Amino acid sequence: MRKPDAVYFFGTCLIDLLYPQAGLSAMRLLARAGIRVRYPQGQTCCGQPAYNSGYRDQARVVAAAQLDALPADIPVVVPSASCAGMFRVHYPRLFAGTPDEARAQALAGRVYEFTEFLVRVLDLRPVAPGPPLAVVLHNSCSAHRELGVADAARELLDRLANVRVLEPDHADECCGFGGTFAVKEPQLSAAMAADKTAAVAATGAPLLVGQDCGCLMNLEGTFRRRGSGPQVKHIAELVWERVVVNI
Amino acid sequence: MAAEWRTRVADALANQRTRANIGRALDGLVAKRRAAFPDRDELERLRDQGQAIRTQALACLPDLLAALERNCTANGIRVHWAETCDQANRRISDILHRHEARMLIKGKSMVSEELGLNAFLEAQGIEVVETDLGELIVQLAEERPFHILAPAIHKDRRQIAELFKARFPELPYSEDAEALTATARRLLREKFRGAVAGLTGVNFAVAETGTLALVENEGNGRMCTTVPKVHIAVTGIEKVIARLDQLPTLLTLLTRSATGQPITTYVNLVGAPRRTGELDGPQEVHLILLDNGRSRICADPELRTTLRCIRCGACLNHCPVYVRLGGHAYGTVYPGPIGGILEPQLQGLAAAGSLVDASSLCGACDEICPVRIPIPRLLNRLRAEGVGAGSDSQVPGRGSRRDPRQTAIWRLWAWLHADPGRYRLLSSLLSRTGTLIPRLIRPWTKSRRPPRLAPKGLHRLAREAGFTDD
Repeated sequence: MRKPDAVYFFGTCLIDLLYPQAGLSAMRLLARAGIRVRYPQGQTCCGQPAYNSGYRDQARVVAAAQLDALPADIPVVVPSASCAGMFRVHYPRLFAGTPDEARAQALAGRVYEFTEFLVRVLDLRPVAPGPPLAVVLHNSCSAHRELGVADAARELLDRLANVRVLEPDHADECCGFGGTFAVKEPQLSAAMAADKTAAVAATGAPLLVGQDCGCLMNLEGTFRRRGSGPQVKHIAELVWERVVVNI
Repeated sequence: MAAEWRTRVADALANQRTRANIGRALDGLVAKRRAAFPDRDELERLRDQGQAIRTQALACLPDLLAALERNCTANGIRVHWAETCDQANRRISDILHRHEARMLIKGKSMVSEELGLNAFLEAQGIEVVETDLGELIVQLAEERPFHILAPAIHKDRRQIAELFKARFPELPYSEDAEALTATARRLLREKFRGAVAGLTGVNFAVAETGTLALVENEGNGRMCTTVPKVHIAVTGIEKVIARLDQLPTLLTLLTRSATGQPITTYVNLVGAPRRTGELDGPQEVHLILLDNGRSRICADPELRTTLRCIRCGACLNHCPVYVRLGGHAYGTVYPGPIGGILEPQLQGLAAAGSLVDASSLCGACDEICPVRIPIPRLLNRLRAEGVGAGSDSQVPGRGSRRDPRQTAIWRLWAWLHADPGRYRLLSSLLSRTGTLIPRLIRPWTKSRRPPRLAPKGLHRLAREAGFTDD
């Protein structure tokens, strides 16, 4: 795909409520790359929580509102592989056989996960020679397996000067978030998060980044409850900081 | 049921020794599988083929089963149809009674676990002897298989040594794997010698030739199929495949996915009972074909994919939930991801519905399944069936997991998120309180510090920074 003039930015409900700086950093990066970023105020949530809980009717009502909010035929950039996966993989199924099927199919075809868009569409090579930094990249299961875009986040980090990416043990294993799974199966989720945070801490990296704030919220919350662990932030924040500081 | 599930989960997570044992063992199996598929393109090609073979077979299941019966019968194998577990158990005990067999030696068979066969026969005074080493250990411990392929994977050498000591106090204590195996072998040889009847599972039943394929590593399966006068094979009706030339693809997918082996030590192809002039082999071979809900599953085009399963166990080995929970906590014959989709369909969502929520939908099973069963997608479907919002399907217990409080919460959630105005109101309210409703997120905060709501949400920050929708 050629570099588009404008994109929609779908911030996700989690970033809207809890991590707005991640969303803002991502939008600023896109703007810096010369893209006109459109942020529809009508967006709310992709509908995934209800969809993964089996409440398809409720998911569909909310999803339809997103179809309304993102009507123009331009790319939709999403700073979460999980929500991007909901649009790309699950919307066509959710709307199959309904009057919105065609709209859902069309939207699915123009959704990009944020790092995927930066690396594969824009081929962004940030001039960002910051101080030496060791970082762990936590790839979400959606990035890694559902969308197959985990290599884009890695590529983006590799393009940052002086940034070294450390691999934790069992790097590809789920962190235990899983949306409503964390609340429905709290013991299992906590056991998975405990192992993941231990593996991340064992690398000694002072910073953990990822492309999904769900995982990051899970891991940060677990680290903070233990009272130790690395700083946690969305990958967009790290890239934006290094770009801004060095201009 | 939900309370029992909760207790089993808590107990399993607290059992550090078992968790360490399975963690180690499963890491090993995962590494072996990875090494067995060094060429990614070849793996994907094989998976395509495996999926195609199994999909075709299920698409014409009635015809293939008819051909299987015809060709088995022509070979001299007696075919029995069992719609229910009870029918299958009765068939098996009838055969044993006819031959006055007081003992049954068994090769590994998960379908026999599904039947509850051992308990059924023991209640009739028939001794049942498991001859697969892992199954024997589990039988001696009076447990059920922990893993569909490696039944005793949760026990370390020391636990097995102590178990043998308790069961056979006359034998010298040893923690040496070879010594323990030798003990089991000695015990089993005696049983093989005296057995009138042997029972095994079936990995694949080939329709065009009436052949039963059975893979194993210990030789006990071959003993069970050849030494006794009577061989009884039990299998689910979905295990049929059309042609013999499809077998190599499925066998290599099965053994490499399961244990990383290019081929098992023994590949048994049972074609017929002993013929005139042949020196060994059983005089009678019986094939029990079990339905137990499979026809119903097969009738649903999406759920049918469940029946592609070739029981390699790789989804268990790769599952972050199974590796922490282990096989017993599921409380079902088939645990792990495959159990999570199969058991709620076999037993119904009222009885086994907890399993559909026991997944973070991470997709690790989906990534490695040799026949590409879309397990996360099926879990999602079964969750929808559980709350009665799926379709007009035949899944037993449909809607049984519907809970008025949950339904009310999701209705409210949808009402708030379907309208930008209401959503804005919600987010500004939440931003002002600074924290999420503590009652709702209590399970979350037990092991994590609660997340803090941003004083200004992205909607507002975007507007202030000049990111508008034009």
